[in-house]
Amino acid sequence: MTGIESKQMADTIYDVLQGVKDPEIDSVSILDLGMVEGVEVEGPLAKVGVLPTFTGCPALGIIQRDIVNAIIEVEGISEVEVNFLSKPIWTTDRITDQGKEQLKEFGISPPPANHTPGEPWEIPCPYCGSVYTTMENLFGPTACRCILYCRSCKNPFEAMKPVANIGDDE
Amino acid sequence: MAQDKALVELLYSLADDDFILAYRGSEWLGLAPHIEEDVAYSSINQDMMGHAVKFYSILEELGEGKADELSHLRAPERFRNAVLLEEKNGEGTYLEQPQFDWAFAVVRNYFYSVHKKIRMQSLKQSSYDPLTDSASKVLIELQYHLMHWETWFKQLMTSTDEAKRRMTAAIERCWNEMDGVLTLGPFAEEMISKGYIASEEEMRRKWLAHMEKTFEQVGAHLPGELGMTKGNGRQGEHIEDLNQALSTLSEVYETNPAAGW
Ligand SMILES: [Zn+2]
Repeated sequence: MTGIESKQMADTIYDVLQGVKDPEIDSVSILDLGMVEGVEVEGPLAKVGVLPTFTGCPALGIIQRDIVNAIIEVEGISEVEVNFLSKPIWTTDRITDQGKEQLKEFGISPPPANHTPGEPWEIPCPYCGSVYTTMENLFGPTACRCILYCRSCKNPFEAMKPVANIGDDE
Repeated sequence: MAQDKALVELLYSLADDDFILAYRGSEWLGLAPHIEEDVAYSSINQDMMGHAVKFYSILEELGEGKADELSHLRAPERFRNAVLLEEKNGEGTYLEQPQFDWAFAVVRNYFYSVHKKIRMQSLKQSSYDPLTDSASKVLIELQYHLMHWETWFKQLMTSTDEAKRRMTAAIERCWNEMDGVLTLGPFAEEMISKGYIASEEEMRRKWLAHMEKTFEQVGAHLPGELGMTKGNGRQGEHIEDLNQALSTLSEVYETNPAAGW
Protein backbone atom coordinates (compact mmCIF):
# COMPACT_ATOMS: atom_id res chain seq x y z
CA MET A 1 0.00 0.00 0.00
CA THR A 2 1.37 3.41 -0.92
CA GLY A 3 1.42 6.38 1.40
CA ILE A 4 -1.48 7.97 -0.44
CA GLU A 5 -3.52 4.79 -0.23
CA SER A 6 -2.93 4.50 3.55
CA LYS A 7 -3.96 8.10 3.91
CA GLN A 8 -7.16 7.44 1.97
CA MET A 9 -7.77 4.34 4.02
CA ALA A 10 -7.33 6.33 7.25
CA ASP A 11 -9.86 8.89 5.96
CA THR A 12 -12.32 6.10 5.24
CA ILE A 13 -11.84 4.79 8.75
CA TYR A 14 -12.49 8.23 10.23
CA ASP A 15 -15.76 8.30 8.27
CA VAL A 16 -16.69 4.94 9.72
CA LEU A 17 -15.81 6.08 13.25
CA GLN A 18 -18.33 8.87 12.87
CA GLY A 19 -20.91 6.10 13.29
CA VAL A 20 -19.46 4.80 16.57
CA LYS A 21 -21.25 6.37 19.53
CA ASP A 22 -20.68 6.52 23.23
CA PRO A 23 -23.26 3.91 24.39
CA GLU A 24 -24.19 6.14 27.31
CA ILE A 25 -24.77 9.23 25.13
CA ASP A 26 -25.83 7.68 21.87
CA SER A 27 -26.33 10.91 19.94
CA VAL A 28 -22.64 11.81 19.89
CA SER A 29 -19.89 9.98 18.05
CA ILE A 30 -16.64 9.17 19.77
CA LEU A 31 -14.95 11.46 17.23
CA ASP A 32 -17.05 14.43 18.29
CA LEU A 33 -16.41 13.58 21.92
CA GLY A 34 -12.71 13.92 21.14
CA MET A 35 -11.93 10.37 22.20
CA VAL A 36 -10.02 9.35 19.07
CA GLU A 37 -6.39 10.35 19.17
CA GLY A 38 -5.19 8.78 15.94
CA VAL A 39 -5.71 6.22 13.23
CA GLU A 40 -2.86 4.34 11.56
CA VAL A 41 -3.10 1.86 8.75
CA GLU A 42 -0.41 -0.73 8.11
CA GLY A 43 -1.53 -2.92 5.25
CA PRO A 44 -4.60 -4.84 6.43
CA LEU A 45 -4.10 -3.69 10.02
CA ALA A 46 -5.88 -0.61 11.40
CA LYS A 47 -4.73 0.85 14.71
CA VAL A 48 -6.92 3.28 16.62
CA GLY A 49 -5.72 5.25 19.64
CA VAL A 50 -8.52 6.05 22.08
CA LEU A 51 -8.54 8.32 25.13
CA PRO A 52 -10.80 7.19 27.98
CA THR A 53 -13.03 9.98 29.27
CA PHE A 54 -13.10 8.78 32.88
CA THR A 55 -10.78 6.07 34.22
CA GLY A 56 -13.50 3.82 35.56
CA CYS A 57 -15.84 4.28 32.62
CA PRO A 58 -17.58 0.90 32.18
CA ALA A 59 -18.45 1.74 28.57
CA LEU A 60 -14.85 1.42 27.39
CA GLY A 61 -15.18 -2.28 26.62
CA ILE A 62 -18.29 -1.64 24.56
CA ILE A 63 -16.66 1.25 22.71
CA GLN A 64 -13.68 -0.95 21.92
CA ARG A 65 -15.95 -3.69 20.55
CA ASP A 66 -17.98 -1.20 18.48
CA ILE A 67 -14.84 0.29 16.97
CA VAL A 68 -13.59 -3.14 15.94
CA ASN A 69 -16.97 -4.17 14.52
CA ALA A 70 -17.24 -0.95 12.52
CA ILE A 71 -13.74 -0.90 11.03
CA ILE A 72 -13.53 -4.60 10.22
CA GLU A 73 -16.26 -3.98 7.63
CA VAL A 74 -13.98 -1.66 5.67
CA GLU A 75 -12.70 -3.34 2.53
CA GLY A 76 -9.00 -4.08 2.76
CA ILE A 77 -8.93 -4.19 6.57
CA SER A 78 -8.75 -7.59 8.25
CA GLU A 79 -7.42 -6.68 11.67
CA VAL A 80 -8.25 -3.87 14.09
CA GLU A 81 -6.26 -2.88 17.12
CA VAL A 82 -7.71 -0.49 19.71
CA ASN A 83 -5.25 1.04 22.13
CA PHE A 84 -6.38 3.01 25.16
CA LEU A 85 -3.78 5.72 25.65
CA SER A 86 -2.83 7.36 28.92
CA LYS A 87 -1.36 10.33 27.07
CA PRO A 88 -2.59 12.89 26.15
CA ILE A 89 -5.29 13.17 28.75
CA TRP A 90 -8.85 13.54 27.54
CA THR A 91 -10.28 16.92 28.46
CA THR A 92 -13.68 18.37 27.70
CA ASP A 93 -12.20 20.99 25.37
CA ARG A 94 -11.64 18.13 22.92
CA ILE A 95 -15.39 17.95 22.27
CA THR A 96 -16.16 19.46 18.86
CA ASP A 97 -18.75 22.21 18.28
CA GLN A 98 -20.95 19.65 16.58
CA GLY A 99 -20.51 17.37 19.59
CA LYS A 100 -21.61 20.18 21.90
CA GLU A 101 -24.77 20.74 19.86
CA GLN A 102 -25.55 17.03 19.88
CA LEU A 103 -25.06 16.87 23.65
CA LYS A 104 -27.66 19.61 24.04
CA GLU A 105 -30.10 17.67 21.88
CA PHE A 106 -29.61 14.76 24.25
CA GLY A 107 -30.51 17.06 27.17
CA ILE A 108 -26.94 17.43 28.38
CA SER A 109 -25.44 20.86 28.75
CA PRO A 110 -21.96 20.87 27.19
CA PRO A 111 -18.97 21.82 29.34
CA PRO A 112 -17.96 25.48 29.49
CA ALA A 113 -15.14 26.52 27.18
CA ASN A 114 -12.88 28.42 29.56
CA HIS A 115 -13.29 27.03 33.00
CA THR A 116 -10.79 27.28 35.86
CA PRO A 117 -10.67 23.93 37.68
CA GLY A 118 -12.21 24.08 41.12
CA GLU A 119 -14.14 27.28 40.40
CA PRO A 120 -17.93 27.30 40.11
CA TRP A 121 -19.12 27.30 36.54
CA GLU A 122 -22.13 28.81 34.84
CA ILE A 123 -24.27 26.14 33.24
CA PRO A 124 -27.05 27.20 30.87
CA CYS A 125 -30.13 25.01 30.64
CA PRO A 126 -29.99 22.93 27.42
CA TYR A 127 -33.75 23.41 26.94
CA CYS A 128 -34.34 27.14 27.47
CA GLY A 129 -30.85 28.59 27.69
CA SER A 130 -31.40 30.17 31.10
CA VAL A 131 -28.43 30.34 33.46
CA TYR A 132 -30.79 30.48 36.43
CA THR A 133 -29.87 26.90 37.31
CA THR A 134 -28.81 25.08 40.45
CA MET A 135 -26.48 22.14 40.89
CA GLU A 136 -28.41 19.23 42.38
CA ASN A 137 -25.61 16.71 42.29
CA LEU A 138 -21.99 16.98 41.24
CA PHE A 139 -22.28 13.34 40.20
CA GLY A 140 -24.75 11.89 37.73
CA PRO A 141 -25.86 8.69 36.04
CA THR A 142 -22.45 8.29 34.43
CA ALA A 143 -18.99 9.34 35.58
CA CYS A 144 -18.82 12.27 33.17
CA ARG A 145 -22.14 13.91 34.03
CA CYS A 146 -23.73 15.92 36.84
CA ILE A 147 -27.38 16.74 37.60
CA LEU A 148 -28.88 20.24 37.63
CA TYR A 149 -32.24 21.93 37.86
CA CYS A 150 -33.43 24.86 35.77
CA ARG A 151 -35.33 27.40 37.83
CA SER A 152 -36.66 29.12 34.72
CA CYS A 153 -38.31 26.27 32.83
CA LYS A 154 -38.40 23.97 35.87
CA ASN A 155 -36.74 21.06 34.14
CA PRO A 156 -34.07 18.86 35.61
CA PHE A 157 -31.16 18.38 33.23
CA GLU A 158 -27.65 17.04 33.07
CA ALA A 159 -24.36 18.66 32.23
CA MET A 160 -20.99 17.35 31.25
CA LYS A 161 -18.49 17.92 34.05
CA PRO A 162 -15.68 20.21 32.97
CA VAL A 163 -12.49 18.18 32.80
CA ALA A 164 -9.27 20.11 32.41
CA ASN A 165 -5.70 19.26 33.13
CA ILE A 166 -5.04 20.73 36.54
CA GLY A 167 -1.82 22.34 37.63
CA ASP A 168 0.13 21.68 40.78
CA ASP A 169 -1.84 23.92 43.06
CA GLU A 170 -1.63 23.12 46.75
CA MET B 1 12.89 -5.72 33.78
CA ALA B 2 14.56 -6.74 37.00
CA GLN B 3 12.23 -6.90 39.96
CA ASP B 4 12.09 -3.45 41.51
CA LYS B 5 10.66 -4.25 44.92
CA ALA B 6 10.17 -0.63 45.98
CA LEU B 7 8.23 0.21 42.86
CA VAL B 8 6.08 -2.90 43.07
CA GLU B 9 5.30 -2.30 46.75
CA LEU B 10 4.35 1.31 46.02
CA LEU B 11 2.02 0.23 43.22
CA TYR B 12 0.36 -2.36 45.44
CA SER B 13 -0.28 0.21 48.14
CA LEU B 14 -1.78 2.64 45.60
CA ALA B 15 -3.95 -0.01 43.95
CA ASP B 16 -5.05 -1.76 47.13
CA ASP B 17 -5.97 1.47 48.94
CA ASP B 18 -8.39 2.48 46.19
CA PHE B 19 -9.64 -1.04 45.63
CA ILE B 20 -10.58 -1.76 49.23
CA LEU B 21 -12.04 1.65 50.00
CA ALA B 22 -14.08 1.55 46.77
CA TYR B 23 -15.38 -1.85 47.84
CA ARG B 24 -16.41 -0.53 51.26
CA GLY B 25 -18.05 2.38 49.49
CA SER B 26 -19.97 0.08 47.17
CA GLU B 27 -21.47 -1.70 50.19
CA TRP B 28 -23.24 1.59 50.92
CA LEU B 29 -25.18 1.42 47.65
CA GLY B 30 -28.87 1.86 48.44
CA LEU B 31 -28.11 2.74 52.05
CA ALA B 32 -26.69 6.26 51.73
CA PRO B 33 -28.62 9.05 53.50
CA HIS B 34 -30.53 10.04 50.37
CA ILE B 35 -30.84 9.08 46.73
CA GLU B 36 -28.64 11.86 45.40
CA GLU B 37 -25.91 10.63 47.70
CA ASP B 38 -26.36 7.11 46.40
CA VAL B 39 -25.72 8.41 42.88
CA ALA B 40 -22.72 10.47 43.94
CA TYR B 41 -21.10 7.89 46.20
CA SER B 42 -21.43 5.07 43.69
CA SER B 43 -19.98 7.30 40.99
CA ILE B 44 -17.00 8.05 43.23
CA ASN B 45 -16.54 4.36 43.95
CA GLN B 46 -16.61 3.60 40.25
CA ASP B 47 -13.89 6.20 39.65
CA MET B 48 -11.80 4.76 42.48
CA MET B 49 -12.20 1.23 41.15
CA GLY B 50 -10.96 2.63 37.82
CA HIS B 51 -7.91 4.08 39.54
CA ALA B 52 -7.17 0.74 41.19
CA VAL B 53 -7.41 -0.96 37.78
CA LYS B 54 -4.91 1.53 36.39
CA PHE B 55 -2.36 0.67 39.08
CA TYR B 56 -3.02 -3.08 38.86
CA SER B 57 -2.49 -2.82 35.10
CA ILE B 58 0.95 -1.29 35.63
CA LEU B 59 1.73 -4.21 37.94
CA GLU B 60 0.55 -6.57 35.23
CA GLU B 61 2.93 -4.92 32.78
CA LEU B 62 5.72 -5.40 35.30
CA GLY B 63 5.04 -9.11 35.27
CA GLU B 64 3.21 -9.41 38.59
CA GLY B 65 0.33 -11.36 37.05
CA LYS B 66 -3.04 -10.51 35.56
CA ALA B 67 -4.81 -7.46 37.00
CA ASP B 68 -8.00 -9.46 37.72
CA GLU B 69 -6.04 -12.08 39.59
CA LEU B 70 -4.04 -9.52 41.54
CA SER B 71 -7.26 -8.01 42.82
CA HIS B 72 -9.22 -11.21 43.36
CA LEU B 73 -6.89 -14.06 44.13
CA ARG B 74 -4.17 -12.67 46.38
CA ALA B 75 -4.02 -13.77 49.99
CA PRO B 76 -4.87 -11.03 52.52
CA GLU B 77 -1.30 -10.83 53.82
CA ARG B 78 -0.18 -9.83 50.33
CA PHE B 79 -2.41 -6.74 50.37
CA ARG B 80 -0.68 -3.43 51.06
CA ASN B 81 -3.66 -1.17 51.77
CA ALA B 82 -3.90 0.71 55.04
CA VAL B 83 -5.97 -1.00 57.74
CA LEU B 84 -8.24 2.05 58.13
CA LEU B 85 -9.52 1.54 54.59
CA GLU B 86 -10.48 -2.12 55.05
CA GLU B 87 -12.49 -1.60 58.24
CA LYS B 88 -16.18 -2.46 58.03
CA ASN B 89 -18.68 0.34 57.55
CA GLY B 90 -20.36 -0.61 60.80
CA GLU B 91 -22.32 -3.45 62.31
CA GLY B 92 -24.20 -5.90 60.10
CA THR B 93 -23.68 -6.42 56.39
CA TYR B 94 -25.12 -4.67 53.37
CA LEU B 95 -27.55 -7.56 53.00
CA GLU B 96 -28.54 -8.01 56.62
CA GLN B 97 -29.30 -5.28 59.12
CA PRO B 98 -26.67 -2.80 58.04
CA GLN B 99 -26.02 -0.43 60.94
CA PHE B 100 -23.49 1.56 58.97
CA ASP B 101 -21.92 4.72 60.31
CA TRP B 102 -22.24 7.63 57.88
CA ALA B 103 -19.96 9.88 59.92
CA PHE B 104 -17.24 7.24 59.64
CA ALA B 105 -17.80 7.05 55.85
CA VAL B 106 -17.51 10.83 55.49
CA VAL B 107 -14.44 11.22 57.68
CA ARG B 108 -12.61 8.19 56.28
CA ASN B 109 -13.23 9.25 52.68
CA TYR B 110 -12.39 12.87 53.37
CA PHE B 111 -9.13 12.07 55.18
CA TYR B 112 -8.19 9.60 52.47
CA SER B 113 -9.04 11.92 49.56
CA VAL B 114 -6.96 14.76 50.97
CA HIS B 115 -3.99 12.42 51.27
CA LYS B 116 -4.64 10.94 47.85
CA LYS B 117 -4.43 14.38 46.30
CA ILE B 118 -1.11 15.07 48.00
CA ARG B 119 0.16 11.66 46.97
CA MET B 120 -0.94 12.10 43.34
CA GLN B 121 0.60 15.56 43.14
CA SER B 122 3.85 14.01 44.26
CA LEU B 123 3.51 11.17 41.74
CA LYS B 124 3.07 13.73 38.99
CA GLN B 125 6.77 14.45 39.51
CA SER B 126 7.67 10.76 39.74
CA SER B 127 10.75 9.42 37.97
CA TYR B 128 8.60 6.53 36.74
CA ASP B 129 6.56 7.66 33.71
CA PRO B 130 3.55 5.34 34.03
CA LEU B 131 3.01 6.77 37.53
CA THR B 132 3.25 10.33 36.25
CA ASP B 133 0.68 9.68 33.52
CA SER B 134 -1.72 7.89 35.84
CA ALA B 135 -1.47 10.55 38.52
CA SER B 136 -2.37 13.33 36.10
CA LYS B 137 -5.53 11.53 35.08
CA VAL B 138 -6.49 10.49 38.62
CA LEU B 139 -6.04 14.05 39.94
CA ILE B 140 -8.69 15.40 37.58
CA GLU B 141 -11.33 12.97 38.82
CA LEU B 142 -10.19 13.17 42.42
CA GLN B 143 -10.86 16.91 42.46
CA TYR B 144 -14.60 16.16 42.38
CA HIS B 145 -14.35 13.53 45.11
CA LEU B 146 -12.54 15.94 47.35
CA MET B 147 -15.13 18.68 46.82
CA HIS B 148 -17.83 16.17 47.66
CA TRP B 149 -16.33 14.88 50.90
CA GLU B 150 -15.17 18.27 52.05
CA THR B 151 -18.72 19.58 51.68
CA TRP B 152 -20.12 16.72 53.77
CA PHE B 153 -17.38 17.10 56.35
CA LYS B 154 -17.88 20.83 56.84
CA GLN B 155 -21.66 20.67 56.79
CA LEU B 156 -21.91 17.89 59.35
CA MET B 157 -19.30 19.56 61.56
CA THR B 158 -21.38 22.72 61.67
CA SER B 159 -24.73 20.94 61.98
CA THR B 160 -26.68 19.63 64.97
CA ASP B 161 -25.13 18.51 68.25
CA GLU B 162 -25.78 14.90 67.37
CA ALA B 163 -24.00 15.30 64.02
CA LYS B 164 -21.04 16.91 65.76
CA ARG B 165 -20.94 14.18 68.38
CA ARG B 166 -20.93 11.45 65.75
CA MET B 167 -18.39 13.27 63.61
CA THR B 168 -16.09 13.81 66.57
CA ALA B 169 -16.18 10.10 67.36
CA ALA B 170 -15.43 9.23 63.73
CA ILE B 171 -12.60 11.75 63.58
CA GLU B 172 -11.01 10.26 66.67
CA ARG B 173 -11.33 6.77 65.27
CA CYS B 174 -9.79 7.69 61.90
CA TRP B 175 -7.11 9.85 63.47
CA ASN B 176 -5.94 6.88 65.52
CA GLU B 177 -5.38 4.86 62.36
CA MET B 178 -4.46 7.54 59.80
CA ASP B 179 -0.72 6.99 60.13
CA GLY B 180 -1.31 3.66 58.44
CA VAL B 181 -2.48 5.57 55.36
CA LEU B 182 0.30 8.15 55.49
CA THR B 183 3.12 5.64 55.87
CA LEU B 184 4.98 4.34 52.83
CA GLY B 185 6.03 1.13 54.55
CA PRO B 186 9.29 -0.79 54.80
CA PHE B 187 10.53 0.27 51.35
CA ALA B 188 10.04 3.98 51.97
CA GLU B 189 13.70 4.94 51.71
CA GLU B 190 14.20 3.25 48.37
CA MET B 191 10.95 4.68 46.96
CA ILE B 192 12.14 8.16 47.81
CA SER B 193 15.77 7.79 46.75
CA LYS B 194 14.66 6.43 43.37
CA GLY B 195 12.44 9.48 42.94
CA TYR B 196 9.19 7.55 42.77
CA ILE B 197 7.40 9.56 45.42
CA ALA B 198 7.90 12.34 47.99
CA SER B 199 8.89 11.54 51.55
CA GLU B 200 6.40 10.46 54.16
CA GLU B 201 7.31 13.48 56.30
CA GLU B 202 6.59 15.95 53.53
CA MET B 203 3.23 14.37 52.70
CA ARG B 204 2.26 14.12 56.38
CA ARG B 205 3.11 17.80 56.89
CA LYS B 206 0.95 18.81 53.91
CA TRP B 207 -1.91 16.62 55.07
CA LEU B 208 -1.82 18.10 58.56
CA ALA B 209 -1.67 21.62 57.14
CA HIS B 210 -4.79 20.94 55.06
CA MET B 211 -6.57 19.47 58.08
CA GLU B 212 -5.63 22.39 60.27
CA LYS B 213 -7.23 24.75 57.75
CA THR B 214 -10.42 22.70 57.51
CA PHE B 215 -10.78 22.21 61.25
CA GLU B 216 -10.25 25.89 61.84
CA GLN B 217 -13.00 26.72 59.32
CA VAL B 218 -15.50 24.62 61.25
CA GLY B 219 -14.33 25.82 64.66
CA ALA B 220 -12.79 22.52 65.75
CA HIS B 221 -9.36 21.50 66.99
CA LEU B 222 -7.10 18.82 65.63
CA PRO B 223 -6.93 15.75 67.89
CA GLY B 224 -3.50 14.87 69.29
CA GLU B 225 -0.93 12.59 67.70
CA LEU B 226 -1.81 10.56 64.64
CA GLY B 227 -1.81 6.83 65.25
CA MET B 228 -1.61 3.38 63.74
CA THR B 229 -2.92 1.00 66.36
CA LYS B 230 -4.28 -1.98 64.43
CA GLY B 231 -1.29 -2.86 62.30
CA ASN B 232 0.70 -1.65 59.32
CA GLY B 233 -1.05 -2.71 56.13
CA ARG B 234 1.97 -1.63 54.09
CA GLN B 235 3.81 -4.63 55.50
CA GLY B 236 0.91 -7.04 55.16
CA GLU B 237 -0.59 -6.63 58.63
CA HIS B 238 -4.38 -6.66 58.49
CA ILE B 239 -7.48 -7.29 60.56
CA GLU B 240 -10.28 -9.82 60.11
CA ASP B 241 -12.34 -7.24 58.18
CA LEU B 242 -10.05 -7.63 55.17
CA ASN B 243 -10.71 -11.37 54.96
CA GLN B 244 -14.43 -10.70 54.95
CA ALA B 245 -14.08 -8.03 52.23
CA LEU B 246 -11.90 -10.19 50.00
CA SER B 247 -14.02 -13.31 50.26
CA THR B 248 -17.15 -11.33 49.35
CA LEU B 249 -15.33 -9.54 46.56
CA SER B 250 -13.90 -12.64 44.94
CA GLU B 251 -16.95 -14.88 45.31
CA VAL B 252 -18.10 -14.48 41.71
CA TYR B 253 -14.61 -14.46 40.27
CA GLU B 254 -13.68 -17.69 42.02
CA THR B 255 -16.90 -19.36 40.87
CA ASN B 256 -16.25 -18.52 37.25
CA PRO B 257 -12.99 -16.77 36.37
CA ALA B 258 -14.06 -16.54 32.72
CA ALA B 259 -17.21 -14.56 33.47
CA GLY B 260 -17.40 -11.20 31.73
CA TRP B 261 -17.68 -8.09 33.92
ZN1 LIG C 1 -34.56 25.76 31.33
